[in-house]
Amino acid sequence: MIPEIGHFALILALALAVCQTIIPMVGAHRGDAAMMGVGRTAATGQFLFVSISFACLIYAFLTSDFSVLYVANHSQLALPTLYKVSAVWGAHEGSLLLWILLQSAWTVAVARFSSGVPEAFAARVISVLGFLSIGFLLFALLTSNPFDRLIPAPADGGDLNPLLQDPGLAIHPPLLYVGYVGFSVAFAFAIAAMISGNLDQKWAKWTRPWTTVAWMFLTLGIALGSWWAYYELGWGGWWFWDAVENASFMPWLIGTALIHSLAVTEKRGLFKSWTLLLAITAFSLSLLGTFLVRSGIIVSVHAFATDPTRGFFILSFLAIVVIGALVLYAWRAPALDSDVGFGLLSRETFLLLNNVLLVVATALVLIGTLAPLVVEMMTGGKISIGPPWFNVAFLVPMLPLIILLGMGMHTAWRTQKADSWWRVLRIPAIVAIVLGVIIPLLIYGRVSILLVVGCGAAAWIVITSLIHPVRSLLREKGTAGITRSALGMSVAHLGMGLFVIGVTVVSAFGVESDQALQPGESVEVAGFEFHMVGLSNVRGPNFSAIEAEIEIRDDGKLIDTIRPQKRQYLVQKSWMTEAGIRAGLDKDLFVALGDQLGQNAWSVRIQYKPLIRFIWLGALVMALGGLIAISDRRYRRSSRETEATA
Amino acid sequence: MNRFVWPLIAVMALLVFLIMGLRHGDPRALPSPFIGKPAPQFELPTLKNPEVTIGTNTMAGDYALVNVWATWCVMCRAEHPFLLELAARKAIPIYGINWRDSRLEAIRWLDDLGDPYLASAYDEDGRVGIDWGVYGAPETFLVDPEGIVVYKHLGPLDAVIWQREFVSRMSGGGQAQ
Repeated sequence: MIPEIGHFALILALALAVCQTIIPMVGAHRGDAAMMGVGRTAATGQFLFVSISFACLIYAFLTSDFSVLYVANHSQLALPTLYKVSAVWGAHEGSLLLWILLQSAWTVAVARFSSGVPEAFAARVISVLGFLSIGFLLFALLTSNPFDRLIPAPADGGDLNPLLQDPGLAIHPPLLYVGYVGFSVAFAFAIAAMISGNLDQKWAKWTRPWTTVAWMFLTLGIALGSWWAYYELGWGGWWFWDAVENASFMPWLIGTALIHSLAVTEKRGLFKSWTLLLAITAFSLSLLGTFLVRSGIIVSVHAFATDPTRGFFILSFLAIVVIGALVLYAWRAPALDSDVGFGLLSRETFLLLNNVLLVVATALVLIGTLAPLVVEMMTGGKISIGPPWFNVAFLVPMLPLIILLGMGMHTAWRTQKADSWWRVLRIPAIVAIVLGVIIPLLIYGRVSILLVVGCGAAAWIVITSLIHPVRSLLREKGTAGITRSALGMSVAHLGMGLFVIGVTVVSAFGVESDQALQPGESVEVAGFEFHMVGLSNVRGPNFSAIEAEIEIRDDGKLIDTIRPQKRQYLVQKSWMTEAGIRAGLDKDLFVALGDQLGQNAWSVRIQYKPLIRFIWLGALVMALGGLIAISDRRYRRSSRETEATA
Repeated sequence: MNRFVWPLIAVMALLVFLIMGLRHGDPRALPSPFIGKPAPQFELPTLKNPEVTIGTNTMAGDYALVNVWATWCVMCRAEHPFLLELAARKAIPIYGINWRDSRLEAIRWLDDLGDPYLASAYDEDGRVGIDWGVYGAPETFLVDPEGIVVYKHLGPLDAVIWQREFVSRMSGGGQAQ
């Protein structure tokens, strides 16, 4: 009964989404306030029914209702409760429902917090978001109904993929989806602006905080995924250039470009058509990512089950959304561009370069992701071009981006005098180069050109990001300090610097070593002694495991005892590596059990990962920068003013 | 035509391409310029022992499979069980070219999953891969006793492809089944 309620609620949500799409759009066209108001009501109703539907699916999982096919395939009686909930979005059907839930939640948020925006404009935005909801609701109802029954019901379920039984992965998809779906708001703002035919600087001001929030969640989601891959896959890597990782990374790159381009549009009224195009592209790439992941068109470790009808549906939807948006763009954009000039040395120039480089980087990732598909179409074989290509190709636009970033932050709008600019930047430049040599040489004892470039670039970003905040701290009492918005930018760039130093140091000085170990034996890796004390059998709720106890010593002093496990999940019979990690800000010591070699001996992979935490710390700081930026006074002021006048 | 139309055109091209990808088309064999010609000469250290080298000469005298693989390649993992099966029933000598990979990872992979290869050459910088016209991994070449490349398969090898494309090309192939 409950699953049928869930199914029915989803159908009602679809009906409301149709109302939400048509009525406010017509209302905005006619200037009919009552019709425009229907948008908000319908959006709230849609959110309510999707929530009911989602709750029904959670209920089916919690009660282990194996008469529901989706539950039977992805859960099990002995599955811990946390994973019964996260199993809801552990595969295609449920994760699509999560997507729909988040889409309607974003819409309600836009409807609620858009009080500073003209009513007709808000109505159009809500209508566009309603249209996107229709697409995803139809997708779920026609091809991927999570409430399909399985009669007779099996006694026990097939269990959740053990890879997904992890707290990090329980929250990774929701974060990622909040980001993906969030770009639909910027998309809807872009469409609404093109339909109404007017795009002023206020438009950029309304769009910015929504875009930043979406970008923040995407940043956190990607970082969490990378962290999960690091400790759960047992390889010790943090990024694999897998097709699905790329699918989340491309919207992030374009989203980053969009944030910067929106800044120019808001401050200077420039780059309008370009900003629109980025807003369309960011969301289109989110859809493309969904298509790649869910159609089975590309082989990936993360890909969902293959189904050509699903692939065809999502591709048709992608086509309608993107072609519709771009036709509108080709028609309306030419009228929007203003020809305000700016000097060669100006912040506008640097932001333009930022955009060009980020778009080039996205294009390279896209080419690398689709290249196997091209080869497959020409030859019928499935191949992958792999990390060697990406690592080199990606560095090409990224290096100049990093160098220019430090300069751009200290360049004025319109035009910047070269001599004062040079006075600000020369000391940071010299310090960065010196640090670029000193950091690797003194701390790690080795230096090469790439290391100087990497460490120097990181130091350059960190120093230049700190100039404004530090000046603001040291300012005389009574003078104006840095705005939240500028502070947010500095903090986000600081995060970028931390990320770069982490990547540089861990890829240059990381040590990996495969050793055979048995109880009582020790090995030395990167100056640390790893001593295997013993092995024991442990049991979890739905797995049994062999656990090693390993003591780590530095100069004979015990610094930690870690317990890596090799788990066998009982239902799917699959083996999982649960690495033992001694985590520290300066380094991780990582031990993963490989295979049993003999009576008692195990192959053990030991890794020394200096500064690897900086990679995720950097992402966290970037997201924090976003949070600070959206707390800027001017976003709050506008809504309060309107409320006062309303 | 105004420049604002270009994004639309680019996206249309991409969409057409994706639709074709979804339909998969008919898998036509890419005519490799190497087929019917002597296998490109090479001499590389073996994966497991850098002191020992392996090359075109090692393979002469019998039909041989040359399989290009890497640990970062998902489809190599997919075809691996079939290579193990071929090796187990001694269908044909299999040589590997470990392509643009890390030696440590590659050895570990063979330890973990089993080693179907008589030996694997370690092509760290992918130079031999270029000589052999490798697009990506996995790729499998069939070389005849005279050292002539008879066939090349892109993508993972399986029992069907093996029967249809490889066995039929091994004339009188004594050991082939």
